[in-house]
Amino acid sequence: MRVVVIGAGAIGASCALALAEAGAEVVVVDRSGVAAETSSRCEGNILVSDKAPGAEAELAIVARRAWRDLAAVLDDDRAPGQPATEFEEKGGVVVAFPAGADALEAFAASQRAIGIRADAVSTEELRRLEPHLSPEVACGIHYPEDAQVQPSLATQAMLARARRFGAELRITEVTASVRAGDRIAGVLTPEGPIAADAVVNCAGPWAGEVATLLGARLDIRPRRGAILVTTPMPQRVFHKVYDADYVGAVGSSDAALQTSTVVESTPAGTVLIGSSRERVGFSTAGTLAPIAEIAAKATRLFPFLAETMLLRSYVGFRPYTPDHLPAIGADGRIAGLFHAAGHEGAGIGLAPTTGQLIAHAVLGTPAPLDPAPFLPTRASLEEAA
Amino acid sequence: MSIRIAVDGAEVAGREGQTIAGVLIAAGRRTWRTADGAERGVFCGIGVCQDCILTVNGVEGVRACQRAARDGDVVERESR
Repeated sequence: MRVVVIGAGAIGASCALALAEAGAEVVVVDRSGVAAETSSRCEGNILVSDKAPGAEAELAIVARRAWRDLAAVLDDDRAPGQPATEFEEKGGVVVAFPAGADALEAFAASQRAIGIRADAVSTEELRRLEPHLSPEVACGIHYPEDAQVQPSLATQAMLARARRFGAELRITEVTASVRAGDRIAGVLTPEGPIAADAVVNCAGPWAGEVATLLGARLDIRPRRGAILVTTPMPQRVFHKVYDADYVGAVGSSDAALQTSTVVESTPAGTVLIGSSRERVGFSTAGTLAPIAEIAAKATRLFPFLAETMLLRSYVGFRPYTPDHLPAIGADGRIAGLFHAAGHEGAGIGLAPTTGQLIAHAVLGTPAPLDPAPFLPTRASLEEAA
Repeated sequence: MSIRIAVDGAEVAGREGQTIAGVLIAAGRRTWRTADGAERGVFCGIGVCQDCILTVNGVEGVRACQRAARDGDVVERESR
């Protein structure tokens, strides 16, 4: 079985790895390179803390366990000179100002019911976990299962392992599909056709456009986010710390700018500060408003940030679906075409299990969980299209 | 004219006009910060990379390659 995977981001890399490990002959095609877009413009989050009970939470719980095993495998078998994935189970601390305290506690209770560890902590314990938090913060929930990877390194590591199972990477652009009757039989590129028995669309925020190129339809839109990076400093932030209003911002369907504070430090000593969500197409212009708003809110959570210098800021595009669930599985109209996209800001965290779901859909390997809620043919995605 | 700065309590001699990085390198020190266990010092030397930062007279995050050393400066290493 020969499979073309379109996109060398975290999702494409994970699908390529799962398919190659299961014995498929895999060709990964990307127009820019490995982790060239969304997967290198994010924070590498592997979160269960921001998931409300439902299909995505189930996927996140399975994927977080899968990441722990996968990171160990990737770190063990890396080639000389290849850096580690930086998988770290640092835990998350979600905090609320007085107005949001009741909502946060209710949300945490709903998560406990589905098996997510969400530990209510006393004020003293909260100060011990994060001594530099503003005294204005009313309460916090500790999520010891939240983790992260360095996303571009982890993506490279997944592709490196896929290549060891025979996968091939080509830097070129897919322009159309090759058809054999109702079936897709490969893709066209400026360098010529690539024949395949199956094609997996892992083009992230461009997955809708790629679907159109291939003669299919998939409603995935870019949702822009900005991140600020401080200069390196001694460690003052010890977990992923975010404002409880983040969950509302993620789940919102509003196109206008929304910001919610997410703060964490990196092994290099910099502090990453997010987050913003806005639907402005693929524009990288007009970033001052989100950056200013992120900075102001972060300073309210961690007052010491007011005195720190920013090294840089960057924006990236999340793949947004109108019903806030990724699209993973068979296209439904074109035989042989599959999609794995639309993970919004959770693609890194959900990557390993997404790859397994695609291997299940394409090759019939065991499914890691019920694939039904994520099928691209589901009504909630079709209706919005 | 010679100057003296204190680096984590140890006195290091330099010349007026040198940057703090210049004083440290002239004294045989190539690194003075650790990040995730790795030794860091001057990387770019032109104020961009932020790898050479240290604490000077209580002010954190000072770029050693940009800050002129002054007699009596109290310098502390930083680590992440």
